[in-house]
Amino acid sequence: MDAFWIILTGSITAIACALAGTFLVLRKMSMLSDAISHAVLPGIVSAFLLTGSRTGFPVLIGAGSVGLLSSFLIEYLHKRGRVQSDASIGVTFTWLFALGIILISTMGGNIDIDPDCVLYGEIAYVPLDLFSIGNILIPQALISMGSVLLLTLIIIFIAFKELTISTFDPEHAQSIGINTTMWHYILMGCVSLITVAAFDAVGAIIVVALFTAPPSAALLLSSRLSHVLILASLFGVIAAIAGYFLAIWMNGSIAGAMALITGIEVLCAIIISRVKFQLHSLAKQKMIEI
Amino acid sequence: MLHTSIEIHDLTVSYQNKPVLWGIDCHIPIQQLTALIGPNGAGKSTLLKSMMGLIPIASGFVHFNGKTIDSMRKHISYMPQRESVDWDFPISVKEVVMMGRYSKLGLFKKPREADHLIVQECLRKVEMEKFADRQISRLSGGQQQRVFMARAIAQDTDFYLMDEPFSGVDAATEITLLDVLKQMRDNGKTIIVVHHDVQAVAEHFDNALLLNLRKTAMGSVKEVLTEHNLQQTYGGKLQILSDVGHLLSIEQKKTRLR
Ligand SMILES: Nc1ncnc2c1ncn2[C@@H]1O[C@H](COP(=O)(O)OP(=O)(O)OP(=O)(O)O)[C@@H](O)[C@H]1O
Ligand SMILES: [Mg+2]
Repeated sequence: MDAFWIILTGSITAIACALAGTFLVLRKMSMLSDAISHAVLPGIVSAFLLTGSRTGFPVLIGAGSVGLLSSFLIEYLHKRGRVQSDASIGVTFTWLFALGIILISTMGGNIDIDPDCVLYGEIAYVPLDLFSIGNILIPQALISMGSVLLLTLIIIFIAFKELTISTFDPEHAQSIGINTTMWHYILMGCVSLITVAAFDAVGAIIVVALFTAPPSAALLLSSRLSHVLILASLFGVIAAIAGYFLAIWMNGSIAGAMALITGIEVLCAIIISRVKFQLHSLAKQKMIEI
Repeated sequence: MLHTSIEIHDLTVSYQNKPVLWGIDCHIPIQQLTALIGPNGAGKSTLLKSMMGLIPIASGFVHFNGKTIDSMRKHISYMPQRESVDWDFPISVKEVVMMGRYSKLGLFKKPREADHLIVQECLRKVEMEKFADRQISRLSGGQQQRVFMARAIAQDTDFYLMDEPFSGVDAATEITLLDVLKQMRDNGKTIIVVHHDVQAVAEHFDNALLLNLRKTAMGSVKEVLTEHNLQQTYGGKLQILSDVGHLLSIEQKKTRLR
């Protein structure tokens, strides 16, 4: 049963990351997921201090808004403060992360948050924190991640057009009255919520791999956005399943193994797209010879 | 007159306190083909963007038929410069042109049969119907330009603002596309086009707005494309331009004599 819960939580996390990550990668903003994943730390710590729990909706909302706040700060430093965009990312997230570390170290005695656990997560503990619905016990992490995935799916289904057009051609989008700023922050809000929900399971570093690697692999293999979204989700699920068994076999970290698999997926995608290209040009040569 | 034109009044726009457009004042007549001419960095793209409300205006205003952009958005199409988007985006030619229909469709709505027909028709007008299902990264620069133009036409509005729609387009295709624009004008559309080819503007356009930080001239191409105005706009450095101006003035004298 534990294996089932771990793989399910891993898969749902990977799907949510792949969907939001595809838009991040297309907007050339994948480093924002890195920034947000570190910036939510003070939010998680303060929410923990207030509620005494590391999971649940109060934490999700509290820490999620800190993530969103960090994307506001980054934008503000860049647009108003005229700091270079990559530097404004660097400044904002390290500052917020440091705030989180200081919170943990000063309140250290009465907090059961381990900085290592923040960075690397521990999906193996997911089945330990159960929540009962009727007489079924469901891991707490699965409930938060599931709700966040549902929200992400709803947004993408409702606003597929708006998201696509404001990603592809923001000027044209604005010219027909689409509020591109609003969609930017809705996407950042999703990324923040996903990061916070995923934090217990995979931690702040591995989540970046799930945001960027499966979408990048999918983008190499498909030329339709809807297919890219599906393919990226599929790669995420494969990484969750294969990562679990790889970790069991190696007796290592499950989240680490998942990230390892996503890297291998990108490598395979590069090879496949190369081979496809070679075959194409070969076929063309044949055509010319005939 | 005031309520059926594009009125640009004392328009000043600056990037980071450095003015890029300064006190632009003019009326652009409707249902005509107007060219926007000026050297690189003159502020042509900036003018179109500020007309669309995409960048803040420092002072002055732009009115379309007496109304501000926000109440006229549905009646105006804007075609950005081709370089403004990532052409590796996973999307097909047909889907890009369909984006032109989005302003008429609401949130939640799927394109209808009629929209698909319009998209097909627009692709046919720019001679790209064979490429409808192709991914946009597998197009040449000129073909990408034509896709952008098809998207603008698909919006089916009263006003069109186009930023360098002919850059990278071959001569034969340019003629085809110009015919499309002329036909649209004859059907009552108002079209403003940024164009670098002064000769072609003299031949095919009704009006020209000459721009370099300030307005240097605005009026019918016959009146404003003079050697003097071109010198003023381009700074008189380019011999070739004064040659063009000279040729044009000879042409005009000939037509006047006739
Ligand atoms: N985002 C920006 N930030 C700061 N300055 C800008 C920005 N965009 C344009 N400029 C400056 O504004 C001036 C006008 O630029 P604009 O793009 O409007 O010129 P243009 O006439 O369209 O030129 P081109 O023929 O090269 O397209 C230029 O001097 C440019 O350096
Ligand atoms: Mg320009």
